[in-house]
Amino acid sequence: MREEIGKIQVQVRRGGPDDGRLVDYEVPLLASQTVLDVVTWIQRNLEPALSYRFACRVGMCGSCAMTVNGRPRWTCRSHVTDVMKDGRIRIEPLRNLPVIKDLACDLSGFFDKWQRAEGAFVPTQTRKDSLAPIAPQEPARQAASAGIECINCAVCYAACDAVEQNPEYLGPAALNRAWTLVNDARDGGNRARLQAVTGPGGCQSCHSQQGCTSHCPNALNPTRSIAGLKQAAARAWLRGEL
Amino acid sequence: MIRPHRSQPLWYAFILHRLSGIGLALFLPLHFYLLGLALGDSADFDAALQWTEQPLVKAAEFGLVFLLSVHLFGGLRLLVLEFFAWTAAQKTLAAAAAGLSFFVACGFLLRAI
Repeated sequence: MREEIGKIQVQVRRGGPDDGRLVDYEVPLLASQTVLDVVTWIQRNLEPALSYRFACRVGMCGSCAMTVNGRPRWTCRSHVTDVMKDGRIRIEPLRNLPVIKDLACDLSGFFDKWQRAEGAFVPTQTRKDSLAPIAPQEPARQAASAGIECINCAVCYAACDAVEQNPEYLGPAALNRAWTLVNDARDGGNRARLQAVTGPGGCQSCHSQQGCTSHCPNALNPTRSIAGLKQAAARAWLRGEL
Repeated sequence: MIRPHRSQPLWYAFILHRLSGIGLALFLPLHFYLLGLALGDSADFDAALQWTEQPLVKAAEFGLVFLLSVHLFGGLRLLVLEFFAWTAAQKTLAAAAAGLSFFVACGFLLRAI
């Protein structure tokens, strides 16, 4: 058991979709304590009915993202001492997503948008064909590699003002996924994909505020991916494909 | 309840671009009205030109030139972002657009006074 080195005043958003309120808790401050540790401590010691979502606890799964002191973060990789302000932490669910209860959001719409952006790989070969030769230094492969480490945590989606203002907007994560596939030489779905990402709520709805890039815990750059999609869409339009 | 967290410098570049666009759109009717005077009664137009010589109007014109300039350079920045190869210096480009606009507006003011 780690030694208690102080107290943290924690405010947690409790309640269902329409009756959200902030509830105060006092939690022991420990060395190397993460915000997820704080939420778990509250659930185990003070509030057994507290709902929240987590799985891996080490920044691999992307399920524990919440709004901490106003900023979307992975709670498992956010140390209390880094985010605490005057001994206080406010923990709320992610923005731009419907709340189910307490800190748990409904991510269905977020994932539906990955489908709407044609985020599924469209194979062009069968298992009988040989492997496609792709050199790691090819520009397209480099562009794809720059975006493929996304783990669907929805931090960028919660940080995006364009999503807030236009609920139809596909959002940074889905568009980043589409961009990685646009650069995948093995994929055959680009015509439909570019049409999907240039319709209403497509890549042109991005205002390049770069909130996604500022907040991505994996240091990805969805704004660069969306700019790439805008260029690809413009080229396709000039060729008469859109 | 959740307050947005717009702390990144490029959000300020975005809002400056929007506000400068709105400011210019609001100015356009006055601009067209003054141009319309030149087509009609030249005495009225001369009176309007005389009115623009006031120090307060000159100061407002400094703001107007800044808005025009920052909207122009900010728009060029967005075109570079969207249609050129990605550069890591996004904040520098935004700061350069604002700085250059201030420089242009100051240049206008020095000529005007």
